[in-house]
Amino acid sequence: MVYLLRVLCMLAFVVLAPFVGGLLSGLDRKLSARMQGRIGPHVLQPFYDLYKLLQKQILVVNRYQVMLLLSFLVMVVGTGALFFGGFDLLLVFFVLTTASMFFVLAATVTNSPYAELGAQRELIQMLSYEPMILLTAVGFFMANGSFKGVDAFTADLPAIVKLPGVFIGLVFVLTIKLRKSPFDLSTSHHAHQELVKGVTTEFSGALMGVVELAHLYETVFLLGLVSLFFISSAWWSIPLALAGALLVWFIEVLIDNTSARVKWNQMLSSAWIITAVLGGGNLLVLEIIRMLS
Amino acid sequence: MEFCILLLILLPFILSAAQFATRSESARRILTYAGSGLVIANTLAVAVLWYTGGQGSVTLPAEGGLLTEAIVPFIGYGMLGVEILLLGVVLWKCISRRRFLIATLALAQTGLMVWLELTGKIHEGAGMIRLDRLSLLLCVIVGIVGSLICIFAVGYMKDYHHHHTEVADRRPFFFSMLYIFLGAMFGLVLSGSLVWIYFFWEITSVVSFLLIGYTKDDRAMHNAFRALWMNLFGGAFFAAAIAYSAMKLKTVNLQVILDRPSRTIGMVIFLLAIAALTKSAQLPFSKWLLGAMVAPTPTSALLHSATMVKAGVYLLLRLSPVLGGQVAGVMVQFIGGLTFFVASLFAITHSDGKRVLAWSTVSNLGLITACAGVGTAETVWAGAILLIFHAVSKALLFQTVGAIEHAIGSRNIEDMHGLFRRQPGLASALLIGIAGMFLAPFGMLIAKWEALTAFLTAGGISVLLVILVAFGSATTMMYWTQWLIKLLSVPAGTEEESDPTTRSQWLSLSSHIGMMLLLCAAYPFYSDWFVTPMLLDMGFERVVHVLSLSDRVVMVALLAAIFLIPAGARIFAKKIHFDRSPLYMSGVNEGDHRHYEDSYGQPKKMYLSNWYLAEVFGEQKLFTPIAWASVVILAIGLIVAFGGAF
Repeated sequence: MVYLLRVLCMLAFVVLAPFVGGLLSGLDRKLSARMQGRIGPHVLQPFYDLYKLLQKQILVVNRYQVMLLLSFLVMVVGTGALFFGGFDLLLVFFVLTTASMFFVLAATVTNSPYAELGAQRELIQMLSYEPMILLTAVGFFMANGSFKGVDAFTADLPAIVKLPGVFIGLVFVLTIKLRKSPFDLSTSHHAHQELVKGVTTEFSGALMGVVELAHLYETVFLLGLVSLFFISSAWWSIPLALAGALLVWFIEVLIDNTSARVKWNQMLSSAWIITAVLGGGNLLVLEIIRMLS
Repeated sequence: MEFCILLLILLPFILSAAQFATRSESARRILTYAGSGLVIANTLAVAVLWYTGGQGSVTLPAEGGLLTEAIVPFIGYGMLGVEILLLGVVLWKCISRRRFLIATLALAQTGLMVWLELTGKIHEGAGMIRLDRLSLLLCVIVGIVGSLICIFAVGYMKDYHHHHTEVADRRPFFFSMLYIFLGAMFGLVLSGSLVWIYFFWEITSVVSFLLIGYTKDDRAMHNAFRALWMNLFGGAFFAAAIAYSAMKLKTVNLQVILDRPSRTIGMVIFLLAIAALTKSAQLPFSKWLLGAMVAPTPTSALLHSATMVKAGVYLLLRLSPVLGGQVAGVMVQFIGGLTFFVASLFAITHSDGKRVLAWSTVSNLGLITACAGVGTAETVWAGAILLIFHAVSKALLFQTVGAIEHAIGSRNIEDMHGLFRRQPGLASALLIGIAGMFLAPFGMLIAKWEALTAFLTAGGISVLLVILVAFGSATTMMYWTQWLIKLLSVPAGTEEESDPTTRSQWLSLSSHIGMMLLLCAAYPFYSDWFVTPMLLDMGFERVVHVLSLSDRVVMVALLAAIFLIPAGARIFAKKIHFDRSPLYMSGVNEGDHRHYEDSYGQPKKMYLSNWYLAEVFGEQKLFTPIAWASVVILAIGLIVAFGGAF
């Protein structure tokens, strides 16, 4: 029964994530516009954009781009599927790292100056968020006694009760992962970008569509990760998790619209300090409590 | 069986003598191929005989065997003689180069050993040689990887002297040293007596000194002496451990010592742990391994992968069942964790390929060290898996970089721009080696996953290690990806170049690639039928696999996926139609995608460089404070250990 449910969740992610992600993206644009005193596009605009992009001619600098980018997409979908299937979180994150690698390589294989610079920044972004992501998995292990996402559903209390520091740390680095200001260094959804389009400079047409599609999958997966903090064995934890994820999403949109892009060293040092102090500190306190009791 | 075990140690020494006498190139080639073949065959023979012979531990001298108890004392005197000979070599080298401090260090420890031996303080019991699963594992690694590196060296050294005419051609000496090294490693892992281990330990120290100083120029000699003093420093602690156990515990048999109640052996374990830390280049002793790169590539490949540094972590793994509850264990795990993180930071800042590899070796050894220091069955499990994967991948990487250096005239990562098009073969070998070091689902990553899980299972103070590992994983990802970027970013119009790599080199490279993939694919199986009993052998009582079977199966499925996805994507990419677009260069692309028009209207070559962040993570900035931090950890450990021992 549980197995069937897990398989269904995986399938649901693969099929539905683009729609959920697209809707969120549309709401994001609408909300951002309102925050800036504009009317903004239709909520379904991201779907029209994606459809149009995928219809367009494929222009490439060299063949490897296509291969690496498609591998990236498959790995991202795989990451999310493994996550929603309730597998070991470390496994999920390792696959996520591998996926990001393919993305960076797809950009640099062109030998394009702007893409290469964007890719170097993307690497620094990975360097910034990766420790916190790993510590999040560790936090779940210490809270639920298991790395498996599915085991959160048997916990007495939502993990966030034990992991407030880890949660804040994750929300902090989520800004990097969701490509939101102030940490949208490698590429940005906004027009103001000092590196042309950074890491995505050499992707156009249908290939750009692939990048956008992967981003939708990634967004849903990351918000799923946030919602895992609220899951417990109680039934009300599921609506709570949805509400929690939406709240975090709103906070991210707000941060995006109220902050200016920082320099990479500010991103790196702030992310690492938050990770060490809030994430690491939280874990140490948790372990001390465990040893005392 | 007994004959094969003894031959394992003796054969490389015989081959070494033969190499020393061999002057012609063709004879050397035949001798190396045959010799390495013999060593590999002998290693496999031991493994097969052990497997068919009941898979128990074998201790020598046994009743009615070749190595009788009557011979043992004479071997002891023989070893003492060799040690004095080695001391002579060291003294001569030191005095001729005015390194008196090092000479004193060497004199002190050999003096201590001679005194112990001649005054009859050492009670040699039984069990001079002991073959169990851990030593068998190390034998297989040394035998196969080490021998293949010797084969690689044949083609490499010929080419080396072709390029480096300024270096005196001392190949007979070089090859004989390589084989002595192998023999010493076999001896080290097969010995059950501390005195015997020490003997082989000192051989590796002196031989590595001679190998690093092969070119005899100033830099080489400087680095060689640094390696020497650090290893002798560790050797002094080893000698002190022997003195302590001979006089206080009345035995020098390692297994007997480990079986004693843990509060009586704290001091020995502590001294041995420090010796092991120097050998495996942990902080603050890391610099000698970095310096070892000045030697020709086979030396670095041998020192970094299968031998030398593995001697240190081997000893730590041996000690691991008792390290758990000891001061030494806490010290070792922190030094290891710190080294893992800091060395990976340094690796980011270098563009010299060999330097990156060297720091990555230090870093990975740090993780193994931390695993041994925590000393639970789960962490030692992860440590053993790390050791296996690291030996093979690192040997592959070093040899490939050596071959690339000969092919393109540089080992700088910046010069490997577009190598995937220029040298598809070598670049692929490098690609596989790098993937093996950090990407899911290859070996090192599986092992890191296990280590992380095991640290958490151990709990307590190990949670600090988890934080270090989280940061260290990110930095590890960074330096390998940077390298991949260079290999795979292909400027338009790059042509394939001819590959000067010889057949002997390719034989070794392709064997390593094969082994690495096989190790990854077979991992769910041998981790159960070999590693579990190995831990039971070593004295752990209950062994639970760190990763569930389903996780391991997913990993192997992923292994297939990581090849199938790009392959499938490639087929798909071939089917769809796409048009070429010029590279975006703000409208100043000169048309060849390699030059742009500058403000004078002249074409200028575009150069893309990686970001090495030297001003953030540089050695100049960080090494000294961190080395001091690790000295403080050692000092605190020393004080507590002394306080507890007396």
